[in-house]
Amino acid sequence: MTRLLTGEELAGHVRNAVPEAVEVWNDRDVVIRPGDVVDVCSYLKETPGLEFNYLNAISAVDYVEYFEVVYHLTSMIHNHSATLKTRVYGREEASVPSVVNIWHGADLQEREVWDLMGIQFTGHHNLKRVLLWDEFPGHPLRKDFLEEIR
Amino acid sequence: MPLRTEPITINIGPQHPSTHGVFRLRATFDGEVILDVEPVFGYLHRGSEKLAEERTYTQVITLTDRLDYVSSMINNQAYVLACEKLAGVEAPERGMYLRVIAAELQRIASHLVATGFLINDLGAFATPLMYCFREREKILDLFEMLCGARITVTYMRVGGVFQDAPEDFWPALKTFVKEMPIYLDEYEQLLSENEVLLIRTKGVAILSTETAINGSVSGPVLRSTGYPWDLRKADPYELYDRFDFEIPVGERGDNYDRYKVRISEMRQSIRILEQCMQQIEPGLVKTDVPLLLRPPVGEAYAHVESPKGELGFYVVSDGGVSPYRLKIRAPSFINLTILRELVIGLKLADMIVAFGSIDVNMGEVDR
Repeated sequence: MTRLLTGEELAGHVRNAVPEAVEVWNDRDVVIRPGDVVDVCSYLKETPGLEFNYLNAISAVDYVEYFEVVYHLTSMIHNHSATLKTRVYGREEASVPSVVNIWHGADLQEREVWDLMGIQFTGHHNLKRVLLWDEFPGHPLRKDFLEEIR
Repeated sequence: MPLRTEPITINIGPQHPSTHGVFRLRATFDGEVILDVEPVFGYLHRGSEKLAEERTYTQVITLTDRLDYVSSMINNQAYVLACEKLAGVEAPERGMYLRVIAAELQRIASHLVATGFLINDLGAFATPLMYCFREREKILDLFEMLCGARITVTYMRVGGVFQDAPEDFWPALKTFVKEMPIYLDEYEQLLSENEVLLIRTKGVAILSTETAINGSVSGPVLRSTGYPWDLRKADPYELYDRFDFEIPVGERGDNYDRYKVRISEMRQSIRILEQCMQQIEPGLVKTDVPLLLRPPVGEAYAHVESPKGELGFYVVSDGGVSPYRLKIRAPSFINLTILRELVIGLKLADMIVAFGSIDVNMGEVDR
């Protein structure tokens, strides 16, 4: 059985990487500052005992007030998993550092998030639309998409 | 004097028999050798994630059928598991057994399609494919008995399955389980030692375990590199911890290993089906869950081992009748991350085979 790291455990590890990074945590996940994503992720991947070598999924949720980017991570070595989140405020210039240099598997997933949710990933080498065509107006998974195009 | 050559860019697809749906590749060639490829997706994009936000939890099950349309049962399963996690309900035991039976039958059907089309890509046009479809047809007949539909099944519900299997399902399943290993032997006899298949697949398009894991690759493609990672064992869902089965792995991660892993997995699925038939007992197939489900505010991520890899659903609820957000972690889509590394340096004909051996389904890639 894959063991899900509790928010408390994960928050402890995140603090070891960047002391100020944790914004809030609960029993399942930890929310970190967007600017610390790369440092925290490389720490989680490289540190012996954690070794989150597999990126399951990158999801983005539009909570209107802010966007939440969710990273589901698994360590295939220790068979444990973790849920890491970050919140981005502001709808026009929403951006998060890219983790594509840590996990190559983020490549298409970050492009998908950009395409459908409109969150930029700084440092991504090829950030362009993936499912929709280049001229498509807006980002459809945003909650205000229908008002925007009307 | 050597001839001067120039790189040339060609569009392969979206209308091309070997692209398994509507998949387009912009490939740059030097003669016949691939210098670069860029996959272009989206020809089958229907916005399933957005559509789900406008439908009730039960209605969304019908959308999941249309993702990977050769493994609808397993899509149903992944989605209802996520909803059950979210709503805090659990299916009764008989319901879970029926789900496992449906999922393993679907795995065999999907691997048959994958194998058949791979051989098709190798140039053995249609004949081996029809052999594979002959057995898939029997599985679809079984599905028809279970729920009346063959492809877009919508068999599973939050809290169980839609109805119990009819009386005549069990003898039919028994016959299938008895006959299938013979058919698998037949394929292996025809294919596994076939010289053309060996030359075209052995040592072609080798994928290393490190590249695969770093590229978030899952399923038979990951296991063919020799890494035994199967969510049915690593993170058992439903009743998979009760069954005795093995995880087939490859040796080198080439085209042949990907083909071979699928054949071996079908044999393991049959073992699971046999054990299901022995263990299943009478009882309820569905717990009492309202059709208009309102899960509490929260979120859940559930993943299953689909024939293509890790299929995950991330569901966020705001307490309403439809999901606030539904994210589909589509294995076919993410497995294509490594396509570029895999095919650079190959010849055009080998690239088609390498792509076929990854086994993607465009319904799932584009969603």
